[in-house]
Amino acid sequence: MTQQDRAVFTLEGVKVYYSQLLALQEVYLKIPKNQIIAFIGPSGCGKSTLLRCFNRMNDLIPGARVEGKLVYHDRNIYDSKINSVKLRKQIGMVFQRPNPFPKSIYGNIAYAPVANGYKGNIDELVESSLRRAAIWDEVKDKLKAKGTALSGGQQQRLCIARAIAMKPDVLLMDKPCSALDPISTRQIEELCLELKEHYTIIMVTHNMQQASRVSDWTGFFNTETDEHGKRRGRLVEFSPTEEIFKVPRTQEAEAYINGRFG
Amino acid sequence: MTISNRQNLDTADRFTDNIEQRERVGKIFEKLFLLGLLTGLFVLALLLFDVLRVGLARFLTLGFITETPSRFPEVGGIAPALIGSMLLGIIVILTAVPIGVGTAIYLEEYAPKTWWTSLIEVNISNLAGVPSIVYGLLGLSVFNYFLGFGPTLISGALTLALLSLPVIIVTSREAIRAVPDSLRHAAFGLGVTKWNTIRHHVIPYAVPGILTGVIISVSRAIGDAASLIVVGAVSFLTFNPGLFNRFMALPIQIYSYITRPEPGFANAAAATIIVLLLLILALNGTAIYIRQRFSH
Repeated sequence: MTQQDRAVFTLEGVKVYYSQLLALQEVYLKIPKNQIIAFIGPSGCGKSTLLRCFNRMNDLIPGARVEGKLVYHDRNIYDSKINSVKLRKQIGMVFQRPNPFPKSIYGNIAYAPVANGYKGNIDELVESSLRRAAIWDEVKDKLKAKGTALSGGQQQRLCIARAIAMKPDVLLMDKPCSALDPISTRQIEELCLELKEHYTIIMVTHNMQQASRVSDWTGFFNTETDEHGKRRGRLVEFSPTEEIFKVPRTQEAEAYINGRFG
Repeated sequence: MTISNRQNLDTADRFTDNIEQRERVGKIFEKLFLLGLLTGLFVLALLLFDVLRVGLARFLTLGFITETPSRFPEVGGIAPALIGSMLLGIIVILTAVPIGVGTAIYLEEYAPKTWWTSLIEVNISNLAGVPSIVYGLLGLSVFNYFLGFGPTLISGALTLALLSLPVIIVTSREAIRAVPDSLRHAAFGLGVTKWNTIRHHVIPYAVPGILTGVIISVSRAIGDAASLIVVGAVSFLTFNPGLFNRFMALPIQIYSYITRPEPGFANAAAATIIVLLLLILALNGTAIYIRQRFSH
């Protein structure tokens, strides 16, 4: 368990409420460094909710409230002294729907580094980011073209390049391939496998094959109903991916993975 | 398989789809909508034709837009009114646009969504429907008397700015609300501050919609006579207006011309309408140019 010792995030009883409603029950978890972590589970199980806790994107949802401790580099990111803008600079995010800025491809990559006062050579940063996101060869001749004019898969890789350009520590991916065709999906998956050398990647996915293909660790979430009939999410099992897909420790995970869910 | 196939055959008979008839209804509506468009176009063409027929000759008279008015309909010009209207327009844009867009940004991006922000929203929308003469009365008491500007151009301009504000706020809010959240999230997710996100992503995306509202409301303000009459615009001036002088404006000039009995003044009024239309057209042209630069 040496990887567990090099944890990037340590979650101690993280709970999420939307207004007064508990959406996610206490999560205790260590996210190992330079690994790909997949969150799987049925809709409404809280996996995306938890993902948005890691960079405080939940702050943007009116009524959302997070309790418990989410420790990143020895500091609780829900401490009031933490600046969420600084945090998000270190923890990049890729969304379900590709959302490039309506700017040039170059501008998409360069915008955030320039806004954050990047001192290095911007042209080089743009090229290296696009190369790392495995999209450089497709766009190098049209960097002035609009990012929104690319295909869906290219847009998503552009968004990954945009996130990488900020030199983050962690990449959060919220169902990054759900709007993409199988070829683009494969490209993104291969990209993730390359990127994990430098980054810790936490990915929410509805695609269990995807989880088993790319991830090192898998967290299985499930929904449960409380005494008032309200549904809420719960982390059921967090295991190395190989184990959870072959010999899951919980019956719930086994049922879900074998398609006997619900 | 055979059973389900037979079921499909059964159910297929149960539709009375009437597709031809439904398509005919669609065609009728299409024609009705076209009729609506043609009605509007016809009225507009008639208006333009009539104005040009009556006013074009006078409009082309030497000095019509450069000279001061005269007692005689065939001579003199409308320079004080034209300059007055242009100054009014510029001041309205300089005051109402920043205040209106700022209000819209605050309400959309910063203000918590509570019952009192909804209350403010409803009130602003209502203000857009208040007759301009009421704004004139407000301007009279606030700018003329309370602030002591008297019946001067600045009083008129600020009154027109108040008149424009509600429409600018409402349309700017709509434009800002139409900016997809995914764009804001993209920026926030990269460690971009809220202000930078608004400044670099939300506002540029909303500019075309904001401009539409600005044009509608500033055009309305430039063409408004009632509020200016209350605030104290005059109908005869032999000098060009300054900010703190008595002033004229094109709608007032038109009103003053058409109330005179001599037939020549009707031509002068129509010629002034041509000038007013050209001014609004110029305003629109500028807006279209800016909109194209910001289109996404």
